[in-house]
Amino acid sequence: MKSDRTFFWRKLHSISGLIPIGVFLFVHFAINYTAFYGAETYNQAAAMMGNLPFRYAMEIGIIFIPLLFHGIYGIYIAREAKNNISAYKYEKNWYFYFQRVSGILVFLFLVWHVGTTRVPAAFGAEVNFDMVASLVANPVYLFFYIVGILMTTYHFSNGFRTMLITWGITVNRKSQNFGKVIGVILFVVLSGIGLTAIFAFVA
Amino acid sequence: MTTNGKLVHLKIRRQDGPSSDSYVEEFEVPYRPSMNIISALMEIRKNPVNKDGEETTPVQWESVCLEEVCGACSMLVNGKPRQACSTLIDSLEQPIHLAPLKTFSCERDLIVNRKQMFDALMKVKAWIDIDGTHDLGPGPRMAEEDRQWAYELSKCMTCGLCFEACPNVNDRSTFIGPAPLSQVRLFNTHPTGKMQASKRLENIMTEGGITSCGNSGNCAEVCPKEIPLTHSIAALNKSTTAYSFKRFFVK
Repeated sequence: MKSDRTFFWRKLHSISGLIPIGVFLFVHFAINYTAFYGAETYNQAAAMMGNLPFRYAMEIGIIFIPLLFHGIYGIYIAREAKNNISAYKYEKNWYFYFQRVSGILVFLFLVWHVGTTRVPAAFGAEVNFDMVASLVANPVYLFFYIVGILMTTYHFSNGFRTMLITWGITVNRKSQNFGKVIGVILFVVLSGIGLTAIFAFVA
Repeated sequence: MTTNGKLVHLKIRRQDGPSSDSYVEEFEVPYRPSMNIISALMEIRKNPVNKDGEETTPVQWESVCLEEVCGACSMLVNGKPRQACSTLIDSLEQPIHLAPLKTFSCERDLIVNRKQMFDALMKVKAWIDIDGTHDLGPGPRMAEEDRQWAYELSKCMTCGLCFEACPNVNDRSTFIGPAPLSQVRLFNTHPTGKMQASKRLENIMTEGGITSCGNSGNCAEVCPKEIPLTHSIAALNKSTTAYSFKRFFVK
């Protein structure tokens, strides 16, 4: 009994989606959005991020380890479910099902995303406006980005809604409805920012 | 008993024993106004002849109270988990498909083994410790305000419909299910039950406990007693979270 750490790991999985991953998502989207003001602004913002102190420690501790933990443990959790949306077409069951689908798609997207940006960067490629612009010049890659952005914003927004339940913050019907409103607003706003940013790279 | 010639068409998934293969058998039974699933099954028992006119074994099912308080007659009616007693023939599209619940192992025909639910109730300590070897006297009173909503939770009859609808209750998962969690909230609200509150919380903070809930909300949708299961689970999320901090920092 004492060695059962399920509660701790599940709660850590829940909070890791917001801190640090959600916070990183906000920063990442904000930096991306600077592309809307032009290549120069974006390059300045990207350079500023690239020159942050303790960059590698932060990348590993705030981005890579939490993402890998959240993703791998998330897949383990998703495997426990026997999705039954065809028999039970209820609103929240759709959210449940889509949370698992989006999680797996985001995981695949991130493998591709890191493989096409950070990996070349590690081999000396410069992370700038042209790097992204040349990627999205390919319509297939642009499609990957659109799907990846929407899956990410859905997964985060719905995850935020369920996190409020998981931590016992929204307990009754009224507050859970309020949580849903916050989720919808997050999804719309983040999707708007994310899509505006990626289309800013399209020539 | 006049039947005016109308018939009720039933397609029933049958199974002769726990390890037999299942098959579908069709029946047509005389219609009466206000029939429920149980009375249609009783017609088959009266005259066990299938739609093709062949004599067959009567379809087996479980039922006790016939008024939706015992939870024994759970089955899939047209694919939805329902209580056979409170499901009226007049409200259904025909042919009516009957099948045993899929989450539990089938014993015979529409009878399933519901043991895992009772095991879960034992695991979460879904009872109140009362007198020991001597009379401990009356317990503390419960506030009327709490009694009113706690009474709704006490309507749970362990029928298993929430287990059936929950995507996280299955043979790949160790989840103890929504109903036993709601019972923890009920007994932790009761003034005497509260005295063992931390034990119950400990028991649901393990593998397969409260953290296995994925918030699909199906449990509350299918509950025949309209128990606010999702809100019970959210309330327990609050108490287990608070307890986990207390356990780490204080206790």
